[in-house]
Order: sequence, then C-alpha cells, then structure tokens
Amino acid sequence: MSVARPLPHDSARLHVTGEARYVDDIPVPAGCLHLAFGLSDFAAGTVAEMDLDAVRAAPGVVAVLTAADLPGHNDISTTPAFHEELLSTGEVHYLGQPLFLVVAKSHIAARKAARLGKVTKTERTPILSVEEALAADWRFEDGPRIYQRGDPEAAIATASRVIEGSIEVGGQEHFYLEGQASLALPQEGGDMVVVCSTQHPSEIQHKVAEALGLPMNAVRVEIRRMGGAFGGKESQGTALAIACAIAARRTGRACKMRYDRDDDMMVTGKRHDIRVDYRVGIDDGGRILGIAFDHYMRCGWSLDLSLPVADRAMLHADNAYLLTDVRITSHRLRTNMQSATAFRGFGGPQGMVGIERVMDHIAHVTGRDPLDVRVANFYAEAPGAEDGGGLSAPRSPEASPPEDISKQKKPPVQTTPYGMEVEDFCLHGLVAELVETSEYRARRAAIAAWNATNGVVKRGIALTPVKFGISFTLTHLNQAGALVHVYHDGSIHLNHGGTEMGQGLFQKVAQVAASRFGVDIGRVKITATDTGKVPNTSATAASSGSDMNGMAVKAACDQIRDRIAAFLAERYQAKPAAVRFEGDRVEIGGESLPFETAVEMAYQARISLSAAGFYKTPKLAWDRIAGSGRPFFYFAYGAAVTEVAIDTLTGENRILRCDILHDAGTSLNPALDIGQIEGGYVQGAGWLTTEELVWDGSGRLRTHAPSTYKIPACGDRPEVFNVALWDRANREDTIYRSKAVGEPPLMLGISALMALSDAVAACGPAYPALDAPATAERVLMAVTRVQG
Amino acid sequence: MEITFRLNGETIQVNGTASQMLLDWLREDRGLTGTKEGCNEGDCGACTVLLSDAEHGTRAINACLVPLPQLQGKAVRTVEGLSGPDGALHPVQQAMIEHHGSQCGFCTPGITVALAAAHMTGRKDHDDQLAGNLCRCTGYTPIVRAAEAAAALPVPDWMNEPDDFFCSEISSGGLATGERGADSPPATVPSASDAAVFLPRSSDQLAAWYLEHSGARLFAGGTDLGLQVTKGLRDLGQVAFLHGCADLQTIDIGPEEIRLGAGVTISRMLEAMRAPHPVLADFLTRFASVQIRNMATIGGNIANGSPIGDSPPALIALGAILHLRRGDDRRSLPLESFFLEYGRQDRRPGEFVEAVSFPAQAPGLACYKISKRFDQDISAVCGCFNLTIEAGTVASARIAFGGMAGIPARASAVEAALTGKPWTDETVAAALPAFAQDFTPLSDMRGSAGYRLLAAQNLLRRYFAETSGAVTNVREVHP
Repeated sequence: MSVARPLPHDSARLHVTGEARYVDDIPVPAGCLHLAFGLSDFAAGTVAEMDLDAVRAAPGVVAVLTAADLPGHNDISTTPAFHEELLSTGEVHYLGQPLFLVVAKSHIAARKAARLGKVTKTERTPILSVEEALAADWRFEDGPRIYQRGDPEAAIATASRVIEGSIEVGGQEHFYLEGQASLALPQEGGDMVVVCSTQHPSEIQHKVAEALGLPMNAVRVEIRRMGGAFGGKESQGTALAIACAIAARRTGRACKMRYDRDDDMMVTGKRHDIRVDYRVGIDDGGRILGIAFDHYMRCGWSLDLSLPVADRAMLHADNAYLLTDVRITSHRLRTNMQSATAFRGFGGPQGMVGIERVMDHIAHVTGRDPLDVRVANFYAEAPGAEDGGGLSAPRSPEASPPEDISKQKKPPVQTTPYGMEVEDFCLHGLVAELVETSEYRARRAAIAAWNATNGVVKRGIALTPVKFGISFTLTHLNQAGALVHVYHDGSIHLNHGGTEMGQGLFQKVAQVAASRFGVDIGRVKITATDTGKVPNTSATAASSGSDMNGMAVKAACDQIRDRIAAFLAERYQAKPAAVRFEGDRVEIGGESLPFETAVEMAYQARISLSAAGFYKTPKLAWDRIAGSGRPFFYFAYGAAVTEVAIDTLTGENRILRCDILHDAGTSLNPALDIGQIEGGYVQGAGWLTTEELVWDGSGRLRTHAPSTYKIPACGDRPEVFNVALWDRANREDTIYRSKAVGEPPLMLGISALMALSDAVAACGPAYPALDAPATAERVLMAVTRVQG
Repeated sequence: MEITFRLNGETIQVNGTASQMLLDWLREDRGLTGTKEGCNEGDCGACTVLLSDAEHGTRAINACLVPLPQLQGKAVRTVEGLSGPDGALHPVQQAMIEHHGSQCGFCTPGITVALAAAHMTGRKDHDDQLAGNLCRCTGYTPIVRAAEAAAALPVPDWMNEPDDFFCSEISSGGLATGERGADSPPATVPSASDAAVFLPRSSDQLAAWYLEHSGARLFAGGTDLGLQVTKGLRDLGQVAFLHGCADLQTIDIGPEEIRLGAGVTISRMLEAMRAPHPVLADFLTRFASVQIRNMATIGGNIANGSPIGDSPPALIALGAILHLRRGDDRRSLPLESFFLEYGRQDRRPGEFVEAVSFPAQAPGLACYKISKRFDQDISAVCGCFNLTIEAGTVASARIAFGGMAGIPARASAVEAALTGKPWTDETVAAALPAFAQDFTPLSDMRGSAGYRLLAAQNLLRRYFAETSGAVTNVREVHP
C-alpha cells in the first residue's frame, strides 16, 4: 500500500532540475505588464496630496492608479469585520503601506517609477509599543478577552510560593524564499484567471470578484505550488491579486506583480510578538495551584487574522499542563506597524512559550530539575496511550464496530482551561522514552560537571513538550473537497482543495488515492489547485491539509471504487465486498484483472469514473467568546531535548544537539513527516534565537532583507540531530489514523530557548528571565543580570 | 557591449550593459527560470550558478550580482545545465531526491548548484559551502545528508568546460606573479553606443583611463556595488570592470611580507592565508558566503570604506600598508590612515587601491566577529588583536575594531594601557576602561551601544583567557 511509505516529495525531481514552475516562472502572454506599489514612508498620518507626474513620465510606465481609480471595493481585508484599503484614500497606518500602483512594461521599470512619487503629508506620532497602545487604549475588540476557570486568585492565595515574571517574545518574518506573487490573465467576457502564490485560492477568488464587481463564477484562481508560505500567504496575497486583476481589466493585458524582498518585508505582516506576564502559585512539589496570564499582542494596524491568532495563544497557554484554576487575559493591541498575520502555529507558539517560561521559572525557584517540574504538572496519561489503544473508532473497516468502548476503562475526566476533555494525552510515555534515548539525566550531570570547571563557555539543556490542538477554531472552516477522475486508460487525475507549499501535501494525498485504488503512486497525477475544480475551500492552514483533504480524496476515490466493484461483482457474479483493489490489479473471486482493464470495462459499461469527495471534521463545538467547548478534533504531541553552549563573554551561543520524539499518529509518509519536524524545529529555534525584527522610533522596520534579518543557516542546525516518530495510531478517526504535522514541530524549538536559559542560570544565582529572540546581546545581558 | 561566454555548454554572444545582471537576463531574456530570485542582494543563494574560467576553475556565484560584462570569456552553468544531455541526473540531484532535500523547492536549484560546486572541488565542509544558501523549510539536515551521499560519486563528464574555450587574456586571474602589464593585450575599446563600459587588461590601462574618468565607478567583485543596481535601482554610469586586470590579482608571499593585489578575491586570499596566517584564514570563513567570497575582492572590501567590512580590522591589527596609485603616482600609507571618517577615505580623484601588504608572521593574532548569526552576517562588533608577549610583558599591541565607530579603527588607548605592562588579569582589567576612550559606538539593529562596548571589552578578556588555555569558543564545544 502506498500509504505509510517514505516516498519523496511529488515534485522532488522538478525541484532539483529547476523545472518546477512558480508564479514568476510561468510563461506570460506577449505584452504582459508588471506592477509595483508606491509605499508610504511614514507610519501614521494623512496624505494631503500626491504628485505622481514623475511616476507617469518614467520610462516604461503604462498607467498609474490611485484609490480614486479603483472600480469596485477598495478593500483587501479577508475579514468582513474590518476594512483594509488596497490603496490609501488618505489615511496612513504604517510605514510601507501602498499608496499608489504603477503599471509598467517591466518589473524593474515599475519598481523604479514607484520611487518617484512626491507625497505631501501630515504626520502623527505613531503608536508603536505595547505601552503606547495601552495608554491610547488602541486595540481590537472592546477590551481584553478573558478565559477563566476556577478561582486563580484564591488558589494563588493558598500557595506556599508565588512567582511573578514576564517574558517578551519577538515576532517572526516568514521569509518564504519565494516572495508574494500574482499573475492575472484577462479572459473573454470580462472573466479573470488569477495565478497566485496563495494558501487560500478561494479567498483570492472571492476578493478579486468583489474588487471587479463580478460573481465568483467569473473568477478562477489556481496555484500549483508556492515557494514556502508558513502562514504568510494565508491572507497577504490579496493585495497583489486584486491589483493585478484591476490592472488587467483596465489594460486588457496580462498583469503580473511580485514583491521585491525588501518590499515584501516592508508591506506584509509577520508573526505577532507577545509579552506574557504571569503570576503563579505553587505547592512544595512545584505543582501549579493557580495561575494568571496576561497576553499583550501587537497586532499591527489592521485586524487581519489577529483575533483567532490571539485566541489560539490563549488556547495553548496550558500546553501540556493541567491548570485547574486559571485566568488568561488577552490584549489585542493596535500599532502603526505592518499588520501581524498567520505564521506556523498561529498564536499557539506564543501561548506555549508563556507556560514553558513559567515551568522554567518554577524549577529555578524550587531548585528542581525543570523536567521533573514539567512532568509533575502534566495532564494524566490517557488509558492505552502507550500501546496506541484507546481508539475512539476502529482502525479499519474490518476491525470492531465504531465506538466500542466496552474494553476501555473510562478515564477520569480532565479538561483544558476552555473545557475540552483531554482524551489522548501521551506525553508521560513519550517523554519517558525521549529521556531514555536522549540520555537526558546523564547529560544533565555531565553538563553540571562541565559548568563547574569552565568559566567562559557554559552549557545548558532543556526538555520541552508540545501539545497542539488540531482544527480551525473557526469551526465552519473545517471542511474540504476533492475531485477525482479515473481515465479509461487507468490513469488517475486528482484535485483537492489544499495547496502545496512544500509540506508534501500533494504526495500524501496522492498516496491516499493510490492506496484506495490499490495502484502504484505513478498512476496518480495531481495538478494545480484550482477554484474551478474544488469550490469554497478553506485555507491550507492550521495543519489541517492532509487530515481534511486526505479524507475528501478518500471519499471521492471510494465512490468510484465502489461503482467499479459493484459493476464487476455483477459481471462476475460475486459480492461487491469480495472485489479487491491491490497490486495494480482488481481481484474478483478467482478472476484477476489489471487495473486498467477493469477501468476500461467499467467505462465501456457506462460507469461514471469521476467523483467529488467531501469531508467535514466531526465532534467540533466551540464558543470563542465564552471560551468553552471543543475547538479541536484532537491534539498532536511531541517533545524535544536541546543542548546548547553559550559564551559568557559575548553571549554568542550554539545548539549542540537536539533529540526529538514526535507524534504524527500512524504516519502517512514518515520521510515527509520527519522533514516537517526537522524543518519546524529549526524554524522555531530561529524564531527564538537569531531572528530579530527591529523597528526604529519612527516605525520603520530596519530589518527588511536577509542582510539584516537572520534566519538559521546551514551551520545553525544542531550538530547532532536525532528525530524519531512516536508511531502510535491517532485515537480519532483521521485519514489512516495519521496526525497533522505542519505546525506542532515548530514549538519543539522552545527547548532551545529554555536550554539557553539553563546555561545562563549556570552563571549566577538570579533567574535569567531571558527574553526572545535570545540573540548574543540578550544572552550576555542575562548573564550579566544573573551574576548580579 | 558584445559579450561572448558559454552557457550550459553552448557558446553565445549577447549585448549586455553594466547594469544588466545575469539573473534577470537568464530569467527574462533566456527563459531559464530555474535560477530563482530570493533576495536580489546576494544573501539567500537562490540564484546560485556556476562560473568557470581557466584560472579559478569552477566556482559558485550569485547571479543576481553579476553584470553580463563580467562574464566575457567565461563559462556559466545553471541548474538547467546540471543534468546530462540525455537527462541523466547529476549525483547531487539524485541524492537530493533520495534524501528528501527539497520541500518547497524554491531554494533547491541554488542549493543543488552550490552542492555541485562543492562536489566538483571535493569540498566536504558543508556548513561553510552552504552558508550562502538559505532554506526555510528543511532545517538543512537532509541537504547535508544528500551532500554526503553524493560525495563519493564521480563528477559527470558533461560538467567539464572545454579548456580551449576560455579567453585567458580576458579572464586571466594571474595566479602567477608574472609581469603582465607591459605586454598586456589591448583593452576592449568601448564603442560609441556603450562608452559607459571599460574593460582594462592591466593596471596601467586602468590608471591611465581612470585619470581621465575619475567620476567613473570601479567594478571589481561587484558584491557591494551591484546592490546599487539591484536595490538602489540606479544605473552605474561609467564603469570600469577590473576583473581583466591580471596584474591586480597577484599574491606574493615573501619571508617578511605578504602582498595582495587589490583584485585578489577573498576566496583566493583565504586559501593563500592558510599556511602563513591560519587565524586570518579561519576568520575569512566568516566573510559573507562562498558565493560572495568567490567574487568579492580585498581591494573592494577596503576601498568601499565600510565601518563593518570584515577585512580591515584584521589587516589593521596586522599592521597592513595600503598601496594606492593615481596615473603613474604611487603612495603607501598605513591602512588605518586610509579611513578618515564615515563615508570618506584618503583617496584622491583618479586614484585607486592597487595592493595591500602586511607582515608574513603574526603568531599573536586573534580575530573575533560577533554577529546575530554565525555565518554570512555582518558584525555587530569585530575585534582583532595582535599582541606580542615577551617574558610575560606586552611588548607590542595592535588592536583594531569594526562596528565600534564610523570607520574601522585602532583601539589606541587600550593598546597604550597594555603596552609595557605584565600580561596579567590585572593589566587586562585595568585596560578595560580605555575602550570608552577609544570608542563611542552607536545603537542599531545589529546591537546596542552598551552591548557593543561591553562585548568589545570582553573580547580582550577572551583573548587573555585563550592565552591561558581556557575554552572560549562555542564552536569548539561538541555534544
């Protein structure tokens, strides 16, 4: 069976030969025009007047558009609750905001002309910091959102010790290697085809249709692949797609726009930064009795996805720990900066860093190993988690009937702060295994010995767990569709609503299709994601891509398979259930047909060989205002042990070793899953170490290119890097009992920050209180602090 | 001007201007879209291609920063040229597939080309060979696995460029130290239509021309000047491309003195320094990336006057002398005297950097670069120390810093506080306040003023700790 095999990425050969086409690689019709935005050079205020004569006169310029030239809604926002202008009508909210649009004969001509605009402006003092936003009470929603369970203040009052602290965690630039890009191709009758590097083709379709004043059926959006996205192409592509469509409508010519890297970083949103204040009461064993968190998130100027991001931070404030009496207060602050947006983990990492910092702080105060403090606060293990038992429904149709819980012991109910039952907790077993394989205890002792004898270079180690909720918290998004054709030569064509951004979704889904038909993966072709093939799709986000699209593809394949089986059963006088699809053949009782023969016979018999599949995630019920219900279908788990070394004279630091054990359920493709884990860890560690976004006092982002914004390079990966899968079936009935793996591994990188904290703690008596990103500078300042 | 070079095994002639970069030409004019634009400033490596010539062999470069005139007489191979004529994959391509080295695939062509360059030259220091290629998806581990798997396999025949193609009189890198100026071939005569480009074949030709055209730009490696095209969106105006000046590319290693022509690339300098100055060679691995080092020149790194250039602090600590030429006038000055203030150097109109020389020995040299990322980053603080300790006493001290002032500069007060004193903890501690006399650093996105000053002081402490044998470098610690 194709599923569970470590097959390479579906485009691997195209990648290494340079044949794989991205938006900017697609041959364009003659006369294609190129677009660039003129950007604001101030962060807050109004534009009184724009003198664009020099722009219009620049070589190669065909047209220059301002807000007044737009035909329909001047709104690129992906949420109806907020209006976000494509081109400013006067108000400027951040430095880098598009003011006008240049249409020119070449990319370079457009870029050059876009710099020639003269803007008469009235500037306001921008609101940039958390303190400034709080003072101005400039925020989204009426006030802070609060989720509470029990009585945290009363619980803290009974505690033997109370710990207070605060951690600041910076944002993160996606740094997808392929910048934002769109290409609009005008069609007959005013229709529009848009090729867009986006995680959310249906939203692009919707927004382009709105901007052109057309119904959605007049706009078709397709995307074969993105050169990385990480959440940065969930909502941020609308500006380019709409601009291209409007210019294409106006000129009648194909129009393309791609951001230069600096423009991309100046215009588009990044991960939300956060400050987490905490106050926690503990017992003598380091167990949390009561805890209160305050989240301060800078959302930038527009709403974008900030509410669900901040919600998800709250939903992961517990991470792996049972918090009986807890309050989480979340401030969603507006600032005159790029609008923060989705980024792998979608707020989850920010919430999780908060509680992991608390665990680290408790361990320091109590003098216990942070690992022991963590385990002491874990949720209880779900029965059967060790052996992959405790399934909520059977592994396969052949097994026992669904929801047969007669053999299971009913566990004591334990719930998250938002009231969701935790039924699949496996971190006791997983962490125990990782502690063994990573030799955590022996290494901690060796590190202590090293630190006792080395004055300059100190080492540190930390194990941190991940429990990440899988599903969109906006429940209606948890649906997916697929379209499968079997051609009468036996080849299979597959489309689904998910997009390929490098995560290997297409290959996983193709493996599902090949497995359903019992054929070699080579028979299955997936072409570009296309709103004309599968409608009303959700963004490929929330790690849900293979869970949902895999199920939708299965549903489509099974319809066709059942039709073929029914036909063959009748032809050969067998029961449909006796028809088996395996080994590129179809077996019917004693008969054995090559798959293509069976398909050709079905075609001749006028059997439909095309089907649409649909899936909606079950069991979800969530009230985000009350903060209660079941927002997630299940949790994905993992843990990492990171060892670091720091130079106490300069703060320079390095990850020496990382050991990971991660729960991908019954993996659809272990090679692709391990790739997500390795890459996610490094990206998460980068977020918390070298990746620093710096805005100056005027609101100008000073780190807007790889020369100044430093994502991990090859030499930054751990020198020793051991990654293994916790190979147990998902308790819930997901596609082949696999688990989502896109986002959760990013949070394994938190272990790097905590290991740095451990190393700094070796320098003196005080608690390091290390903020992130833990650059050399922050590490050195923390060393200085603990030395007193 | 008309340029002749080989592209993926085929000889072609094109008209190219000084502001036309190879990357744009490949993608837009040639339809070779395998080579990607990730940053357009030489920092991400997505545009990596192979460049070959008779003198340097084959090396990886960033196509985004190479104007077409620099390709005259050379051979370029893009990702599309890595596979064999029959479609057979290059061993690194095959290994990248088998080891899951690509995810989104956008960095992959550049990575594959960088791997092919390392494969060709037998380099196995993968962290360094890949430092100029950013990947956001994989975390690099599978890419390194692929590199290791391919290492033992032979270089495919089709990767070899025919030697007889190279126009050595044009591309001459001059590994030998021969006098080529006197009998050098004629310079490319600029035609009326593109008089903006001048391709001198010798420093004599350059000197004479530059005297008459002192407003022109001198384009050596182009790794800094090229950004004025790709990011500044400016035309360079009148340009002399220096890569044809073989006599500017000589390396002379004498018993007392080392002299590097201004046109020596950082890569060649690095290799040449391994024996006489291993500390300097090690330090130069921190200089940008392989791709940048393959183009960037020592003369360019000095002449652009950046306060955060990597080579000046090390060279100043070594006591380097800068050699300048204007027409037939030559003069020499201590390197630190060349840097007058931010953005201003002691260079007269029509004058250019000809060479830099420095002592052939410096056993006391140590060079430290502090940056957010270890590889391919610009320093927040760069400190270079060259002390001579005789009988427990500091006999001489040359200490230079980058990132601490508007120019690379000596720490004169610190030097004075150390010289003649016993080499002890106490002396070091007593010298630390002198840093504040020497430097008033700025705060910017690379570091705060406070951090810079503290780190600079601590680098002296590190230097002292090293002489007492302590482990001071996180790179020397292993799991």
